[in-house]
Formats: sequence, C-alpha cells, structure tokens
Amino acid sequence: MEVLGHKIKTIAPKLGVMCTLLAGAVLQGCGGGEGGQKSDTVDADAASAIYVPPGQHDEYYSFLSGGFNGQVSVFGLPSGRLLKIIPVFTQFAENGYGYNEETKAMLMTSHGFVPWDDLHHPKLSRTDGMADGRFLYVNGNNTPRVAKVDLTTFETVEIMEIPNSAGNHCSPYPTNNNEYILAGTRFSVPIDTDKAGMGDASIDEYEDKFRGSISFIKTNEKDGHMELDFQVLVPGFDYDLANGGKGPSEDWVFFTTYNTEKSRTLKELGASQNDRDYLAAINWKLAAKYAAEGKAKEMPANYYHNIKDHNSHIAKSNVIKKVRYLLPEECPGMMYLIPAPKSPHGIDVDPTGEYMVVNGKLAATLPVFSFSKMQKAIENKDFDGEVNGIPVFKYESVLYGEVQEPGLGPLHTEFDGKGNAYSTMFVSSEVVKWNVKDLKVLDRMPVYYSPGHLMIPGGDTKEPDGKYLVVMNKITKDRYLPTGPELLHSAQLIDISGDKMRMLLDFPTVAEPHYAQAIKADMVAPNSVKFYKLDENTHPEAVKKESDAKVTRQGRTVKINMTSIRSHFTPDNIEGVQVGDTVIFHVTNLEQDWDVPHGFAVMGANNAETLIMPGATQSLRWVPKQPGVYPFYCTDFCSALHQEMQGYVRVSPRGSNVPIKFSTGEKRPVPPAQASAN
Amino acid sequence: MSLYLRILMVVAALSLSTLFFLPMWKIYLEAPQYPEGLELHIWINKLGGSSESVLQNFNILNHYIGMEPIHADSFAELKYMPYIVIFFMVTGVIVALLGKRKLVLYWVLLLAIGGAVGVADFYYWLYKFGTNLSPEAPIKVPGMTYIPPLLGHKTLLNFNALSLPAWGSIGIFLAIVLGGLVYLLSRRKINST
Repeated sequence: MEVLGHKIKTIAPKLGVMCTLLAGAVLQGCGGGEGGQKSDTVDADAASAIYVPPGQHDEYYSFLSGGFNGQVSVFGLPSGRLLKIIPVFTQFAENGYGYNEETKAMLMTSHGFVPWDDLHHPKLSRTDGMADGRFLYVNGNNTPRVAKVDLTTFETVEIMEIPNSAGNHCSPYPTNNNEYILAGTRFSVPIDTDKAGMGDASIDEYEDKFRGSISFIKTNEKDGHMELDFQVLVPGFDYDLANGGKGPSEDWVFFTTYNTEKSRTLKELGASQNDRDYLAAINWKLAAKYAAEGKAKEMPANYYHNIKDHNSHIAKSNVIKKVRYLLPEECPGMMYLIPAPKSPHGIDVDPTGEYMVVNGKLAATLPVFSFSKMQKAIENKDFDGEVNGIPVFKYESVLYGEVQEPGLGPLHTEFDGKGNAYSTMFVSSEVVKWNVKDLKVLDRMPVYYSPGHLMIPGGDTKEPDGKYLVVMNKITKDRYLPTGPELLHSAQLIDISGDKMRMLLDFPTVAEPHYAQAIKADMVAPNSVKFYKLDENTHPEAVKKESDAKVTRQGRTVKINMTSIRSHFTPDNIEGVQVGDTVIFHVTNLEQDWDVPHGFAVMGANNAETLIMPGATQSLRWVPKQPGVYPFYCTDFCSALHQEMQGYVRVSPRGSNVPIKFSTGEKRPVPPAQASAN
Repeated sequence: MSLYLRILMVVAALSLSTLFFLPMWKIYLEAPQYPEGLELHIWINKLGGSSESVLQNFNILNHYIGMEPIHADSFAELKYMPYIVIFFMVTGVIVALLGKRKLVLYWVLLLAIGGAVGVADFYYWLYKFGTNLSPEAPIKVPGMTYIPPLLGHKTLLNFNALSLPAWGSIGIFLAIVLGGLVYLLSRRKINST
C-alpha cells in the first residue's frame, strides 16, 4: 500500500506538468484555425470500410446516451448515420413526449413534474450474459431515475424514481440474466430510516449521518415492469461506476468509489486526499438471499413508478410508499472493499470474469485485480481492517498486476474478446490497447480530443464482438466546421479487427454521449413495429371511425374526439368553444400503414405539437385566451394533400350562446370522395 | 366409364376447393413510396391483401383521383360466388358417380362459361371503378382513366399495376382441364371397346 502511495506521490507533480503542457498544445492547435492532424492516422481505404451504400442498412445499431439532453440517440454503425433520437427524461416538442396528456405522467417524480435529466449510461437487457436486443435501460443522474426503452418501438415505456439516492450515476447495471438492474448513488445524503427519504441534518454531520444507497431493481421481464426489490445502504462515499462479473464472478458486481475521505466541501481537493479509495465488491446473489430471508428492514419512502401502457399508450404513475433495505454490516460475506488508486472512475470486468480493471483517473498505472485471488483472500480472511463493518482487502492480496505507463488519465476500458483491453486516456487523449494477461501495451491511437467512454459492441459482456470500437470524445474544437461557441460532441469509429487500430470515421453526436451500447442489427430490426393496430388501441378516448368523431362539453371542458387520415381531420369545423375553456383534442390516427404519422398543432397552444403514430391516439390540451377562429393542422407531411390537412375551431367570448357544432365536408348531391376508415 | 376416370372426375370437381383456400386474382401495385408493394387479393368470398389494412391503403391512394372506395360489401358476387363453386363441386361429384360422358361435357362447358362470365364481371368492375371518378377529385388529369389491367401490366400515374390470376384460379383451370381429359379419355375407351 505504501509503495503505491509513494509512487503516486512522486508521479503526481509530473502529471501536473504534463497536463499543463497538453493544455498548451491543445490551445495552440486551436489557434492555428486549421483542421487537426487529420490524415496521418487514417488509411486510404477507411472510406470503403465505413461506406454503407444508399438503400442498404448498417451492420449494428448503437445507442449513445445524450448526457445533458436526457435522450438516447441511435446511430447506425459503421456509417455513423443518425437513425433516431429517443426522448427519455426530457420533454420532446418534436413529437409531444412529455407535453401531451398521455406521456406527461412519465416525467412525474416525488418532486413533481421534472422535464429534464442528465442521462449517462445506456445498458442493453441481457440473457445468458449477452445483450438480447429487447430493452435498453438508462439512468437519470440528476433526479435519480431509471428508465426502460422498448426496442420494438424505440419508445420509453417505463421510468422509476430511485428513493434514498442523489445523483444516480452508478447506474443502471443489469446482471447477466436481467435478474436485477443495479443503481448506485453518486452523492451520499442523510437517509432517515424512520421518515421517508432524505432526512434533515447539518452538512457538518456528513461523516456520521450521510449514507449511500445501491438499489436492486427487479426487472420482471415477463410482465415487463421494474420493481425496486431492496436497497443496500452503504458507507457515505461517492459511488461512481459499476460493472457486473461474468462466468466465475457472475454473482458479483463491482463499484468504484471516491471521496472515501467523506469530505463535504471543495471535493476536488477534499476527495483527493487519500492515496487510495475503494472498489466495492457486492455479491448480489447473496444480497438477494439476505433480503428474501428477512434480513431486510422496511422504511417509509415516497417515489414514483411511471408505466406507459402498450395498447392505450397512456402513462400512469404509481406512488410507492415503502422500501426495504439491508445494512452491509449486518450481512456478512455480502460486501468487501478493495483498495484502488485514488478517485477511480471506470471499473470493467473482462469477458472471462477473472480480471477487474480499475481506471484510476489520477493514477500512473492501471491496476488489474484478480477475482480468483479475491476469492482466496476471502477464504484466508486476508483483510486490512474494515470500514463501517465492511472488510477491506490488502491491495497486494487481490492485485493481479498493473499496466505500466498506460497513458494519462485512464477513464474506461472495454474488451475485444481476443484477450485485449482498450482504455481511454482522457489527459493524453488516446485509446490504448493492451493485453489483459501480460499487461503489456500493444498499440496507441490518438483521438480528438479527450475521450470519455469507449464502446465495443458487446465489449462489456462475456462475448465481445471485436470488430469496431467507438470512442466518445469530450472536446471537439476544430474537428468539424465551426458552429459558434457551442459544438456538438464528437465520436470516432476505430477498426480493431487487426493487430493495430485503424481510425475510420469521425461523426458528430447529439449532446454529450457518456456511454453507449451496440448490438448486431438483426437482433433488433426484425422486431421493429411498423404501426400500431387500430383494433388493439384501448385508449378510452379513441375514435376508430370518422362517423364516431364528436365534440362534447362537460362544464368548462370541451372534449374533441377527432380522427386523422390522409388528408383530413374529422371534424375539421368546430364551433361552440368559449374563451377559457379547457379544450382537449383526442386525435386518433386511423392510418394502418408504415410511416404515415400525422401531427396535430393548434394556434396559441402553450405546449407543443403532438405526433400521432398510425393506430394511436394522442391528446393535446389547449386553453384559448381570446375569441377568434383558430386554425389547426397536420404538421407531418403526410401526402400530396398534406398542406390541405387543416381545420378551424371557432372560439366565442365567455358566456356566448354559440352551440357546440362540428362537421367535416359539406353535404352535396354527389358526396365528395373521402377515404373511409372502415 | 372406368373407375379411374370417375376418380379423375371427382378430383376435377374437388380441385375447385382451392378457391376457398387461396385468392383467385391478385393486383400488385408498385410506386416509389411503396418499395414493399401493395397487393390486393381477390377471393371468391372476400377481398384481402398483403396486409390486413391493404384495402384501406388502396382506398386512401384512390381517393386522390376520385375513385370510389372499394368495400367488400359493394360486391354481391362475393356473397353468391361460394355457392356457385359449391354447386360445381357437388354436380361434378354427381357427374362422376353417374359416369355419363355427355354430362361431363356439359359440366366442363358450364364451368368454362362460368369462369368466362367471372372474368367479364371482374373487368366490368375494373372499368366501373376506373372510370366512375368523382368530379370533385383533388387530382384530375384530363382524359385520364384509371382502369387497372385485367391481365398483365399497366402504368397508372406513379403506380405500376400488375394483375395476374393467383393460385386459387389454378383450381378452375385444373377442373376444366381434368374434366376435359375425362371427356376425351372416356371417348377413346369407348372406341377401343
């Protein structure tokens, strides 16, 4: 331990100097105004390696988190083409998510309506340790939440708030058969086990009263709903990232921690005092067993669980009032601490499940721990004391070895399934390939600039698909045409099929991708839904034929149950609405064909448009404030007569005697040609 | 008539049953926006297609040019055609049991006439839908009619229409050919004995 401490102490000043040098170099490069070092590492045939001809499909779907936009973006690989943006924690005016009546409940929390979050980590659902292409789980960092995206519709279908958590960063990590999704808190907070949720305490009392929590969310994939089974209340550190074991280590999940100093202020210094923080190892199977056997206590809670119904497309919130918890000090064998270089970031377990790589962002070497040595140390009780009743291993007794001079600022590692690991170096701005067995560095590839996460399809599972690597960079600067002060972040695609890495492609991403997942397209594409069946629409306000369309008044609420089909609304002439009425347009899209959404927008609405998929019903609330005749129209170009797809609502002064009246088309001896919904 | 020919006659009669399992005619539409194509399937008792909602999608496309929406209810033929087919199947079996050569001929001729009338009726409907266009149609091309092809291929604005008999029609074809064969073979038998 002292050896490591000494090493870091001697290297730290050097590191500082290097950082300064690097910053200078970057600034100078920027000042030049020219593109970066573009061509020196790009092969002449890179273009053909990423070329997906028009009309053909990519080999992989990749799901990149959007960070501060609260969304997930879907890119095709190797082309880098953007396929879709999936709103998760953020209102999306583009399609009405979080604005229309059906989806508002998705964004409800115990703090009320929270229409934004910081989405960091996407994780694909798993079967037998492999991504199965059914669901994508993502975390909301700011107001702790875990969401589920259904990969048949690419829509967010479920969001669960996490109680007793603050900064849900260390999340969401599925076990190998989706038994649990684990979610750890980044910020520890005072947890009051007598009252619901966060308690009141002086911040000075951090050391004694603050706790972290790790939530065990059951996935119940059969009925499709998440359920917070229990939480483990852990020491008041910051929990950063996690990674599940595989094979021999399948029962374990590992969490990096920092601020084991339990500092409460100026953490950039306060949390960087100890030479070592911990890698926490939790036996999730044993934890589940303890919880099932009655070790778990119950405490009051208050958290939201929002589910969108598959057939009505209506989201409903359940408020849950209690949560079970385990204390590690009462559960022997469930949790251990491994000393790790100070303030580690990523933890990554290799495909064999034997090696745990801790990316110590401030450390000079990259330590690799051995699961079999850890098992032996548990057997031999080879401990170096304990923290809060949790045994701490001796560093050497669990260390497999260290990668020497890996680069500066290691953050994350993934694996190619051929015995190699790839790590991002934030400070030295490179991806480093090294061999997991002999810990020798094999190759280096400069990336532009300052990479955070990297991703290999399946690179976090037991069988990685070691063909491509996507590295997500935090700094873009001169990589693309300038667009003012705010730039898109940049990702780079690297060919890792050979001995040496080959740079293939730069592509701009949406907001700030933290982590990503990718999967072979044929695991997802065949299940993609083309449209919703009108017969299966169970929305209570749906109208399935034009003759059922109606306008009804109930007090000061006017309900307009209307239909849309190429290219008209029924009704499209509406009268009898008064200033101050709450008007709800329930629009059913009668189309039953692929890629014929209809949009709906009405002048003066204080929310957004809503985009209605074929067969679905969506509802937009509108409170007219002035008398007049208000047009509404279809916002998604649907046919050659899309521009004609419009109508009027007459709004009369409050108290006027204009009766409710609605119609579409005029009655004539020869009825006009109309597409019927029958 | 030999047992062998009687059995063949029964097969001829029963081969009409394919009409109950397979569509008898298909109209394929292809357009730039429909890479997957749209198929309208005409059965003896219903209208179907490459997807459940194909009729609705046909009607949506047709309404731009003022064509009347197509509904299964509009065609009385779809109600009585199954009985005609059953009639031919039953009489075909009776003919086989009676083993009268003349009756075989009548049966085959009647069936052929029935088939021809069916095709003529089909053309009548195509003509009616293709020419009876609403004067209020959003898209009016002077002099243009939209009669889909009866057999083969035709370009209608942005659509490429192809019309072909489908597997169900094989039943009628088989019934006529086999029936005719029974008629011819039974003559040779008479000559040789």
